[in-house]
This record gives sequence, structure tokens and C-alpha cells, in this order.
Amino acid sequence: MTRPEIRHDVRITDTTLRDGSHAQAHQFTEQQVRDTVRALDRAGVEVIEVTHGDGLGGSTFNYGFSHTDELRLIAAAREEARTARIAVLLVPGIGTSEDLRRAHDAGAEVVRVATHCTEADVSPQHFGVARELGMETVGFLMMAHRTPPEDLAKQARIMVDAGCQCPYVTDSAGALLMHEARARFEALVAEVGDEAWVGYHGHQNLSFGVANSVIAAEVGVKEIDGSLCALGAGSGNSPTEVLAAVFDRLGVSTGLDVMALLDAAEDVVRPYLHRWPKMDRNAIVQGWAGVYSSFLLHAEHAAERYKVPTHEILRRCGELGLVGGQEDMIIDVALELARAREEG
Amino acid sequence: MPDMSAPPGTRTTAAIVGPGNIGTDLLAKLARTSSIEVTAMVGVVESPGLERARRAGIAASAEGVDWLLAQDPLPRIVFEATSARAHAANAPRYEAAGIRAVDLTPAHLGPMVCPPVNMPDHLDAPNVNMITCGGQATIPIVAAVSQVVEVPYAEIVASTASRSAGPGTRANIDEFTETTARAVEQVGGAGRGKAIIILNPVEPPMIMRDTVFCAIPAERWDDATTTAVAASIHAMVARVREYVPGYTLRADPQFDPPRPEWGGRGRVATFLEVRGAGDFLPEYAGNLDIMTAAAVRVGELIAAELITTGVPA
Repeated sequence: MTRPEIRHDVRITDTTLRDGSHAQAHQFTEQQVRDTVRALDRAGVEVIEVTHGDGLGGSTFNYGFSHTDELRLIAAAREEARTARIAVLLVPGIGTSEDLRRAHDAGAEVVRVATHCTEADVSPQHFGVARELGMETVGFLMMAHRTPPEDLAKQARIMVDAGCQCPYVTDSAGALLMHEARARFEALVAEVGDEAWVGYHGHQNLSFGVANSVIAAEVGVKEIDGSLCALGAGSGNSPTEVLAAVFDRLGVSTGLDVMALLDAAEDVVRPYLHRWPKMDRNAIVQGWAGVYSSFLLHAEHAAERYKVPTHEILRRCGELGLVGGQEDMIIDVALELARAREEG
Repeated sequence: MPDMSAPPGTRTTAAIVGPGNIGTDLLAKLARTSSIEVTAMVGVVESPGLERARRAGIAASAEGVDWLLAQDPLPRIVFEATSARAHAANAPRYEAAGIRAVDLTPAHLGPMVCPPVNMPDHLDAPNVNMITCGGQATIPIVAAVSQVVEVPYAEIVASTASRSAGPGTRANIDEFTETTARAVEQVGGAGRGKAIIILNPVEPPMIMRDTVFCAIPAERWDDATTTAVAASIHAMVARVREYVPGYTLRADPQFDPPRPEWGGRGRVATFLEVRGAGDFLPEYAGNLDIMTAAAVRVGELIAAELITTGVPA
């Protein structure tokens, strides 16, 4: 297996239309997708991720039903992209190989297979199918703060051996402080750097998404995620337009047109935002307590339904050590807190 | 419910093929039944599981199904906890020998069964399949709802401790989601099924948790329906608890009225905890425990059927 050619110092993958789906409660329309892809493609973004926030097959009661079928959104994105390639997220246990084949048929050329940071051995099946389909492969080791650097590197090894071309340090909770992020980048580069690229996916819950991206580039991470207007779960992702501007100032080449990205963020994405992701109490608690960023909206809904504070629900989710995908437990936690209030 | 007690000396004989953790837990549970007597434990290599069975006074062999089928008399029931491939090879031989097979592998050769839902329909099947752990935990609830009102869509989320998910499950996790989703439809009675599995490595290990979401048509959304659905769910939980004592509701079923983003349907959400009996497997591994407990229940029902229909031993 070879890794894909990366033509610049780092390659930015934009996930506005995937991680951003969380912040939009999975209500993206085909027109919004077309407009966003056109703008990103024009600005030089080479990989654009389009999927339900929780990956293929994520349209459910548990995570929220999609406004528009993701396969239609993927096909629309493919039509609009002149040079950019379309990526999809697949979380084994939620989506299946069959979902991946359908996404590939709809025009997806890159797959990002995501597992909790200690559970990489559920991914080989899907990497196998992806390589069979000739897709480029990325591996997401989610909630990367939950395991030490050397263990994370071993999990990256499992993915690479299964056909993953770029394992990612995926800071789903936006919890990694700068030295913690650096240690994980270095561990992965040391373990798999000779044969695969290493990537970083950040969230802004503690405001470190961009800072950690700078460290990443310094220590040899080649693929970095961003979202226009930070549109993503929790307080959002490292903003693509900020990454482009910062790397430009640093002299790190990305192939991105900063002005075109600023226009895309301001003129295309901002008008359709349900809300601009921000570091409010709830999102900060997520970074602080290490809670999966996508829990935010679900916790807000449960808080309203059961009359308990969102941030208390989120803190309890952190204490319980919940992982990505366990959104159902948010309701359970809210019920428990509501009972405790009644009794207390 | 047939009378499952048997007079002394008339217990139905059974063998366990696959002496791993599941097989050993099965042995502990079957030893407590009054209707089944385990006469053999079978593997293909010498293993601690075979040794444990011998210490319990059970004939145990590492010479596989060839050895088992050379025994006289043959067991009436075989519980198979090997692999899909091994069971596919063994199943025709059991059937030719007139041995009933309870299949705990993902082979899915016979009908998928969940004891309190559809086992009575398959008492004469030569081979029955135990679906998946998540299926055993959640399908009773889907069935409880669909007995009251049409369920156009049902979705289950199974969260299990990482330590309780073995290499077989991990290597083919699609098999879990696809089989469970199909059983939610075919056994649970939902129009469309969806299954999600999450592995959580938290220490100490989490006890198995399952959530069941069932859609309810808007035209049926009224107090009479939700009251009947809640009663049906509570009754079903009591029936599962007969064979899995650690099967509990975390809270009363939660009803949410129809919403546009749910296709105009309402929803009932049921939150379950499955604590294992801690026989051989640890208590947190409720996912494995509910498989062995359900298989034992199925074995008891088959044994009762063999006795009442007077099939000679």
C-alpha cells in the first residue's frame, strides 16, 4: 500500500458538511451543500467531507434524522467539485460496508473510518472494503485524549496494517492541551510515519484547535481538518479560514486561497448557520470534562425536556466515561439527574 | 408455558460444542436446570474449558464432533458456541443424527429465536439461532410495542464493555448490526429496523446498556395507546427477567409526541440495563450472559416439547 501524494506542506480537509452537520442538527439542504462545495473547491480545498455528522447510516432517532438523504448530498457534492475529492465518515457499529459501497457509488473517493481511540480493531473490515473499492483511506482515532500517546500509536498501527493511509489524532472532545496533542502527534509519526501520513482533527472547546494544528505541522502531521465558521460539534472545529490564514503567515504551504475561504465562510456558510459555534459554558465543560462534542445539542434537548441544566448533564457524561455514539445515554443521565432533584 | 420440570432420571441430555467462555458459562447455567443434563463438552484442541468440564464430572473431548457423534446414546440437544464456519459444517450432521441444535454462532441456518417472543413457533425446528446479544436484549421490547401498535421503524443501541467484545465480534461488526436490524424486523415486528453497537473501554467496565426507540404512527398517538404500550413493555421485562434476573428498566418508558423531523411520528424510548448472573462470565458482560441465558431457556423449552410430544429418548 502507498500513501497518497500530498502536494503541499500540509493538506487541509474541510469538514463543514460533516462535522458541521452536528451543529445544523443534520438539516443540510442540497443547495447548501452545492454552494459550500463550489466555494471550497474554488478556494483550493482538496478534500471535502460530506456525511451525516455521525457518519454513514447516522440518520436515526439516536443522532437525529437527516433533512436530506446523505447519498443525495454526496452525489450533489461530487457534481459540484471540479478538483476536490469527496470524503465520507464511517463509524463501524453505526454504518456498514454496504453503506460505504453506496457512498462510493454516489461519488465518494475518500473514506474516514472512525473508532474510539482504543477500539481500532473494529476497523479492518471496512478498510479492506475501502481498498477493494480503490478509495483513499483515513482512520479516525476518536476521543484521543482518553488513551496515552504510546497506546494511541499502537492503535494507529492496527489501522495502518489494515490499509489505512492516514491515522488521525482525533480530539473529539476538544480536550487536548498543547503538550498532550504534541505527544500524540509525535508518537504516531514515530510509529507509522514511514509508511502513512498522520492527521489531526481538532475542536475549539478549549480554543486549541488552531494552536494544536500549528504544532501538528511543526512535528510532521500532514493532514489537518477544518470547518468554515468553525461549523462543527461542541464549540466547533478549527476554522478552515483561520488555518489558511495562520499557515500562510507561517510560510507553511497549503495550496489554499485565504481570501476565497474568507468569502466562503462569510458569504456562503454564515447565512445558513443555525448558530455560530462558540465557547459557551456547555462547550467549555465538554473540553474540560472530556465529553464527545456531538453530545452538545442532544444534551440541550434533554435539559429542556427534563428540566435539568445542560452543563450538569455533560459533566455527568464525562464522569461516566461515555464515548462517541452513546447519545442515548444522555437521556438516561438527564432522567437520573431529574430524579435526584425530585428526591433531593 | 409448558411445564419444564422433569421427573428424576428423565432429564433431556445435551452436549456443548465449543468449550470457550460462552460454553463454560452455558455449562454453569444448564447445571441449574431441572430438565437438561449436560453429558458432553466438545472442543477441537485441549483447552482450559475442557479441563473445567472434566473437573465438573462431564465427559469432555478434544476430538470434535466426530467423537460426539460416535457416542451412544447421542445427546438430544447440542448447544453450539464455536464459529459460524464450524457450525455450518456441523449442523447437517446434527440434523442427520436427529439432534436438535441451539446455535449461538452467527451462522444463522435456522430461524432466529428470542424466547419470550417467538420460540413457541419454532419448537419443532431442527436448528434455531440465537440472533445476537443486542438482539436478545432489545427484541423483546420491540415485540412488546408491536403487539400493541404498528411499529413502522425501530432502532436499538447496544453499549457493551470493550472487554466483553471478543475478536470474532470485532472482526465482523457489520454482522452484528445487519443481523440485529433484520431480527428487529422479522422477530420484533418492526417495519424497518436499525441497530447500533458501541464498545466502551471505561474502567471499571460498564454493565451492558441497551436503548430501544420505537416509532409510533401519529394517528395512533393517544393516552390509551401509550398506556397500553407502557404496560406491555413492563410485562415483557418481567418475562425476560424469568431467565435473566439482571434485566432491568433504567426508567419508565419515555414517550415523546409526534414531530415533523421524525417523519410525523411519535416515539417511545426504553432504557435497559443487562447485568449478568456472574456464573463464569463477569457481571458486566450482560451481553454474553443474555445470550447464554436465552439459549438455556430455549433448551428448556425444547426439552419440555420433546417430553410432552413423547419423542423417545
